Amino acid sequence: MSEREVIYRHSGTVRITHWINALVLLVLLMSGLQIFNAHPALYLGSKSTFDDPILAMGAMQDGDNVKGVTSVFGHVFDTDGVFGAATDSEGNVDERGFPWSVTLPGHRDLSTGRRWHFFFAWLFLFNGLAYLIWSLGSGHLRRDLAPTGSDLKHIGTSIREHARFNFPKGEEAKRYNVLQKLAYLIVALVLLPLMLLTGLAMSPGMDAAFPVLLDVLGGRQSARTIHFITASGIVIFVAIHLFMVLVSGLWNNIRSMITGRYVIKPAEEKP
Amino acid sequence: MSGERELHRRGFLTRGLAAASTVLFAGCDDLSNQPWVKRVLDSAETLTRVSQRALLSPTALAREYSEADLSKEFRANGSTDPDDADYKAHAANGFADWKLSVAGLVEQPLDLSVAELRAMPSRTQITRHDCVEGWSCIGKWKGVQLAALLDRARLKPNTRYIVFYCADNLFATGDDKDKYYESIGLQDAYHPQTILAYEMNDQTLPIAHGAPLRLRVERQLGYKMAKYVMRVEAVDDLAKIGGGRGGFWEDLGYEWYAGI
Repeated sequence: MSEREVIYRHSGTVRITHWINALVLLVLLMSGLQIFNAHPALYLGSKSTFDDPILAMGAMQDGDNVKGVTSVFGHVFDTDGVFGAATDSEGNVDERGFPWSVTLPGHRDLSTGRRWHFFFAWLFLFNGLAYLIWSLGSGHLRRDLAPTGSDLKHIGTSIREHARFNFPKGEEAKRYNVLQKLAYLIVALVLLPLMLLTGLAMSPGMDAAFPVLLDVLGGRQSARTIHFITASGIVIFVAIHLFMVLVSGLWNNIRSMITGRYVIKPAEEKP
Repeated sequence: MSGERELHRRGFLTRGLAAASTVLFAGCDDLSNQPWVKRVLDSAETLTRVSQRALLSPTALAREYSEADLSKEFRANGSTDPDDADYKAHAANGFADWKLSVAGLVEQPLDLSVAELRAMPSRTQITRHDCVEGWSCIGKWKGVQLAALLDRARLKPNTRYIVFYCADNLFATGDDKDKYYESIGLQDAYHPQTILAYEMNDQTLPIAHGAPLRLRVERQLGYKMAKYVMRVEAVDDLAKIGGGRGGFWEDLGYEWYAGI
């Protein structure tokens, strides 16, 4: 049996920017849902085609009652109490998109939601730039995140091992595995920058300064839709990320993102 | 000595954790109401305005669209039929006796009828109207450039803002102090696409969209584009007007700079 080994896994920059990003994304998500609730419908192109949204949440008359519904490409789903509308015990109907329990502030207040959103959008930008510049300069991106040829060749094995909750041990565990590398790269270089670009494309001021934003993203309403879908993608990533943290050694993972130290489990002896 | 320091450090840690958990559990709703939080969050508006001003040349135009892009249904938001006796009388009369007043810090105050405004050179533009709620509509607007009016009235050098006083009282409080108003800086006031529109989609501007005259400020959000404009005033300070934040929605917490 080999000895239990402790390595220094995450640099200070990664740890600090990670936690700032976690807080910032939470506030952006919740204040973003507040803003979405001001007009809970999505469209494609430059303008809003009110009678033909690709997604819409709202209240619908159902006999004597009103129920919350969500329509996706014209298909109407009953989402009463969750999306569209909820009725309280006194029979008051509250028509909105997402429940106020997940928005910031926790009741209808678009102007305050916007103030939280834009302040934290600036933090998001500064934090993201600090991380990306450091990652490029220090070699973190190339050394730790770029998948190697061998990584990509063994991606099938990695997927099979993950599906069996068999996580790398020994030498293998000192590096990110290929699925981690790809997930982090997609988030850091595609999804998060896309949030910023689609956010800017919704600004009439930025559209006048950089009309190319509208051309690249397919118009302001398309940009708003992509902003929503990308945010959903980040929520899905975070859910999987938290699940993997939980099943692959909760305290070891959390400690490594706080102090940097990570315990390597010895590789099993081959029989 | 080291024991004392250790104690001190522990005290600091405990207090730090206590403070952090208070912030976490007090809930962001309470936080939103703290004056210092408001001040911190408000700082982003200045950062946004300064950055956008730096990136945006004074003459950069908002995108103009084609007839084919016009919205089938252009949503009318806010007031759609002002409940004001004077306004109703003018509307009943087709605004034939109505006059726009241009006053304040000007050498030559003006009172102009719709016919006189229509006789001035006009600009027509098909632009996208972005509501703060998130939706967009595309409409065609024809009107007189604000710059032409201001040049005719000759602004005094200490003018910093142009204020627009409107006929509508959105929450129907019955108090003239609560009527809609808006303000813009001189850079936007002199922007070529900043017009006082009297036509929409080749028709006389409908009442729902601000007849007889509505402001278009194409590089900002819809709430800046005051409808039912009755009076234009050049001022050097916004503090003494309305709630002091430069507009109806601004006084209720929305940003004065609505470029995002």
